[in-house]
Amino acid sequence: MLSLSPQSLPQTIAPSVAIEKGNSLWKDAWQRLKKNRLAVAGGIFVIFLFLLYFFGPFFCQHYEDQNLDLGASSPSLNHLLGTDTLGRDLLARLIYGGRISLTVGLIATCVALLIGVTYGAIAGFAGGKIDTVMMRIVDIMYALPFTIFVILLMVFFGRNIFLLFFAIGAVEWLTMARIVRGQVLSIKKMEFIEAARALGFGNRRIIFRHIIPNVLGPVIVYTTLTIPSVMLLEAFLSFLGLGVQRPMSSLGTLIKDGADSMEEYWWLLMYPAAFFSLTLVSLNFLGDGLRDALDVRTSKD
Amino acid sequence: MLRFIARRLLEAIPVMLIIITGTFFMQRFVPGGPFTAEKAVTPEVLRNLQAYYHLNDPLWKQYLDYVYDLCPKKFHPLELTHGLDLKAAFGIDFRPSFKYPNRTVNEIIADKLPVSLELGAWSLLVALCFGLPLGILAAVKRNSWLDYLCSSLAMSGICVPTFVLGPLLVLFFAIYLGWFNASGWYSPIDRVLPCLTLGNFYAAYIARLTRGGMIEVLNQDYIRTARAKGATEFRVVMKHAVRGGLLPVVSFLGPAIAGILTGSFVIETIFQIPGLGREFVNSAFNRDYTMVLGTVILYAGFIVIFNLIVDVVQVWLNPKLKFD
Repeated sequence: MLSLSPQSLPQTIAPSVAIEKGNSLWKDAWQRLKKNRLAVAGGIFVIFLFLLYFFGPFFCQHYEDQNLDLGASSPSLNHLLGTDTLGRDLLARLIYGGRISLTVGLIATCVALLIGVTYGAIAGFAGGKIDTVMMRIVDIMYALPFTIFVILLMVFFGRNIFLLFFAIGAVEWLTMARIVRGQVLSIKKMEFIEAARALGFGNRRIIFRHIIPNVLGPVIVYTTLTIPSVMLLEAFLSFLGLGVQRPMSSLGTLIKDGADSMEEYWWLLMYPAAFFSLTLVSLNFLGDGLRDALDVRTSKD
Repeated sequence: MLRFIARRLLEAIPVMLIIITGTFFMQRFVPGGPFTAEKAVTPEVLRNLQAYYHLNDPLWKQYLDYVYDLCPKKFHPLELTHGLDLKAAFGIDFRPSFKYPNRTVNEIIADKLPVSLELGAWSLLVALCFGLPLGILAAVKRNSWLDYLCSSLAMSGICVPTFVLGPLLVLFFAIYLGWFNASGWYSPIDRVLPCLTLGNFYAAYIARLTRGGMIEVLNQDYIRTARAKGATEFRVVMKHAVRGGLLPVVSFLGPAIAGILTGSFVIETIFQIPGLGREFVNSAFNRDYTMVLGTVILYAGFIVIFNLIVDVVQVWLNPKLKFD
């Protein structure tokens, strides 16, 4: 018998007694997450938003299409959420603005993740004096009035969206660095790392195979919680007129425009505001649920 | 204790220097200046203006002169009672403003800072008055409907940011109900909406932190001891648990106060309040070099001082942390 067919294989070597299957950390976490109704609802809403932002534009009119004769009209069958003063469909603008807000949230979080994880991992793994100096720098940077710097950066260097990613990412990495560093520091001292060393594995293998998978939990949790805070900062800047610029619109600029004309056209404020808050709520619930499921301690170090 | 404070103050000096240097040179290396906008000035006027602001000196000399002017040279805190003049009290001179040539930045700060401080103080009060009781209640009645109510209130407070809540409150209470003015900062009643708006987010955050901290403390042995000794539940919570349970809140308050100060940018814009936050944003737009630097330094100084106070209070609350 030269070729073993896949079907025949298990029968030949299947043990008579079934071995009890252990659960991995991720499977356990998934089971716990599924039980948390708020987190599940948050997750479903986040997925719904993603689908809406990606596929929505195929089904509604272009976000810049104006209809000056129509002007601002209240919600109706033609325009489910009404139109703004230029007769532009609010739903289309919301979808487009939400897309930008979420993109800013994701990319700026990635920037923060990249800087924070690298910095924290180096500090934690190096330990000793290097660690002390690197963390002292983080402490000092915590004391800087960062919102002010982001505002200055945006005013001085033109308001383009790439600078926005960078500026927000540069603000948000500090906490990530602290978390990763603390985690690496405690894992480094554990026995299984010692065992890996005793087996003669190199630094690279220890870092990538043993330390990084164990740091992943807190990083995922914190990333989920960073996205809403990044979106908040972006909206804050857009509200001050410093974030996303016309003709692009983000949820922040929509809220700003809505607030300017809320006395006559309530829907221009209410729907963007509701959309924005719902997005934040569901991301936060998802993050909290993940934290409980992965059993991450929330302490600072 | 005194050594700890002295060391922290010494450490603050390089931090402040980094901030001053960074802001100073960032402004100068950016294209455009305070006189490029609006109506062009004639060459003679421009020359006079540049001479007035010492813009013709080499940059390093301007920088050193500026830093020298900033250094505190005397200590008469009592002078602060006659108007907030930092120059009279400490010899800190922020120089004349570029946008309003006949006013100094010191004067503008003395004029606007009290408004922002009042807004911040009331907001902080709102945050503590709502946040602490909600958090303690949620922790004591853990996993009851009361806990769920408090927790979801806190979550909604975090997810409805100031620039959403502010306009909504104005729309409802000022425009539909007509109870308050939509904007302005004249009578005491004008304080209500802005302070509620600004305090809301921090109240929510404080409630969450209080709940977490209290739950952790209530599970500890010394609480069981206190109960075993026959202390009433009220005494256990308010005397034994609160001291440890509020630690996370206290460490949050340092950054929170900084946040309340910077958060006022949006509030002051929404409610048309003549405070320092709005002045800061405007000065950045106008390239008002000295005004931007003055406000940045002031905010950074506040953050440094409040972080220091927070650290001291933390040790007082938790004797396990000694000043190291």
